Amino acid sequence: MSSNEVLSELTNQEYRHGFVTDVESEVFRPGLDEEIVAAISAKKKEPQWLLDWRLKAYRHWLGMTEPKWAKVTYPPIDYQAIRYFAAPKSTKDGPQSLADVDPELLRTYEKLGVPLEERAILAGVAVDAVFDSVSVATTFRESLAKVGVIFCSFSEAVHQHPDLVKKYLGSVVPYTDNFFATLNSAVFSDGSFCFVPKGVRCPMELSTYFRINQPDTGQFERTLIVAEEGASVSYLEGCTAPKRDTNQLHAAVVELVALDDAKIKYSTVQNWYPGDKEGKGGIYNFVTKRGKCAGKRSKIAWTQVETGSSITWKYPSCVLLGDDSVGEFYSVALANNYQQADTGTKMIHIGKNTRSTIVSKGISAGHGQNTYRGGVSIAKSAIGARNYSQCDSLLLGDKCGAHTFPYLDVKTSTAQIEHEASTSKIGEDQLFYCRQRGLTTEDAVSLIVNGFAKRVIRELPMEFAVEATKLLGVSLEGSVG
Amino acid sequence: MNVTTTILEIRNLKARIAEDGTEILKGVDLTVRAGEVHAIMGPNGSGKSTLAHVLSGREGYEVTDGSVLYKGKDLLSMPPEMRAREGVFLSFQYPVEIPGVANTYFLRMALNAVRKHRGLPEVDAMDFLALVEEKAALVEMEDALLSRNVNEGFSGGEKKRNEIFQMAVLDPTLAILDETDSGLDIDALRVIASGVNSLRSADRAMLLITHYQRLLNYIVPDVIHVLSDGRIVRTGDKSLALLLEEKGYGWLEEDASVGAGKVS
Repeated sequence: MSSNEVLSELTNQEYRHGFVTDVESEVFRPGLDEEIVAAISAKKKEPQWLLDWRLKAYRHWLGMTEPKWAKVTYPPIDYQAIRYFAAPKSTKDGPQSLADVDPELLRTYEKLGVPLEERAILAGVAVDAVFDSVSVATTFRESLAKVGVIFCSFSEAVHQHPDLVKKYLGSVVPYTDNFFATLNSAVFSDGSFCFVPKGVRCPMELSTYFRINQPDTGQFERTLIVAEEGASVSYLEGCTAPKRDTNQLHAAVVELVALDDAKIKYSTVQNWYPGDKEGKGGIYNFVTKRGKCAGKRSKIAWTQVETGSSITWKYPSCVLLGDDSVGEFYSVALANNYQQADTGTKMIHIGKNTRSTIVSKGISAGHGQNTYRGGVSIAKSAIGARNYSQCDSLLLGDKCGAHTFPYLDVKTSTAQIEHEASTSKIGEDQLFYCRQRGLTTEDAVSLIVNGFAKRVIRELPMEFAVEATKLLGVSLEGSVG
Repeated sequence: MNVTTTILEIRNLKARIAEDGTEILKGVDLTVRAGEVHAIMGPNGSGKSTLAHVLSGREGYEVTDGSVLYKGKDLLSMPPEMRAREGVFLSFQYPVEIPGVANTYFLRMALNAVRKHRGLPEVDAMDFLALVEEKAALVEMEDALLSRNVNEGFSGGEKKRNEIFQMAVLDPTLAILDETDSGLDIDALRVIASGVNSLRSADRAMLLITHYQRLLNYIVPDVIHVLSDGRIVRTGDKSLALLLEEKGYGWLEEDASVGAGKVS
């Protein structure tokens, strides 16, 4: 099927399925029980084993409590008030042209330098195939297929590559893992699936835009990426969400598996709606991302630029199982206004001579609270393991906060661990120096912040790096002076 | 612009530290014309750096009286970046480090901000490179320093070179050099002074702020002023600097307080 056909199928499916008049019926009643879980599964025509898996997760979830250890505060979430499935609204209900889109949103796109045609897609104008819970018309699909790379929506993979999904789903983040991951396992809507077979270097960066486009709809994406022996792939995840007044729960799960000599690079620019200046609204982003370096000499690198969401709870981690495997985590997290970010990583060293690098840059402005929480654990078996952690915080103003919680658990004396940390304030003298050379305060802040984050930004693929640089500037507008 | 154009006209300027109200400038009068180089000398605490900061718009000071006209415009009402774009350049006594920001990238942003203000298009990459090479040569700036982050890990001398290099690229109308000689060895001083001298022109005015007259052996000013306790107490030519070298500042301060009707 060509990507055009996929597009048209997705965008026109209201006709095929006969939901011509009653689009709203594609939104389930609020609440969560076994009936809803079964209905989601049925809606997607899933095989019995997957329904069983969802139900096991749901039953397990009933006995779990929401984690409270993160340094974030928010009103209690009523899980029974959330709708757990929403098919895309008809394109006819969305804005019909850019003229119908919230001008504030367009202003942001303009500042970010988003190309015109992409602005339309991001703003939900009726041209796209990337909707709420049903996802991913992927371009370049055919040329990927030629080299044997599978890149499709998760739902599609369930039907077309059931053996692969069955083999790897939950193999890194089991359905029992944590409250949010378990919830996701029960009700996940869709997401991406990527499989790169043995010896194949994926010929292009794979990317997907996700976005939220409907009020009170929980988002539960599920992404699974597998790189077989000697394979390599770079995956880009970018998010943006339209302005919205009600808080929205977002609990995604991403699993990565790298076999012998495989490399996976996973880059994220996260720009969900952060709430307004008073902290009203915004996305709750409770994400579980984990990669397993299952094979020898395999490598998984997470790079993230987190500027959005009112609450971020996210710890992309690496399980370094294979000998000589490598885990990397590069992060810039920005908390402005009333945003709260509690983010970091876990590096779990099990194989011999495993190496990990952690570079975390936290930026706090306004009343933002930014927490780095990182764990390095080195098992007895991880002889010769090494970790380097660098964790820097930058403060703008005096009402924000930066917090650092490094955890270390080392069970072998042969390990080497280095940890560096710093906290600095954007100094009056730095700002004045820039202004004395003709830069506005805002340009100066953007320059200083991007300099601070450069070590991470340069790990991003080129076009993402450009976007991220602009994003940092835009996200900090009005935070100084 | 002919030599009689007035670049800077300071009248009865009084300023205090905003935080604690300490009065630092107690009525400064100064006129600087295009093409002129004026030196402001004075002992520690006399208000030299405060004058530089007030002229460039640094926060933390309150002007309580007087006026400053720059090319006939009210300088004090402009934010610092506007003063910079209008052609006021401050060579910092302590140049600031900006980690992660390449020196030339920073300078290009600055140059484009100035050019935009003057209605010029952004400088293109090749022209900028040529400009940078030409101006770097003036202060014998090594290529490596150009690509490194702004002042990060620079030695004292390298930082001062970088300031004069920036000045050369930005081509200001009024350059204020705050203690440019501090922390320099004699070789570096020679190089920097020669860079500054090459930037002297009929269109440009310079204020050299210095504690020691050593700098003035290399950059010979047209006029020397002595600032003491927030006022200019002596104005003269180069010989004044030599007198100060010989006798120190003490005699002037006594003189000044008598002149101001105060008991010291």
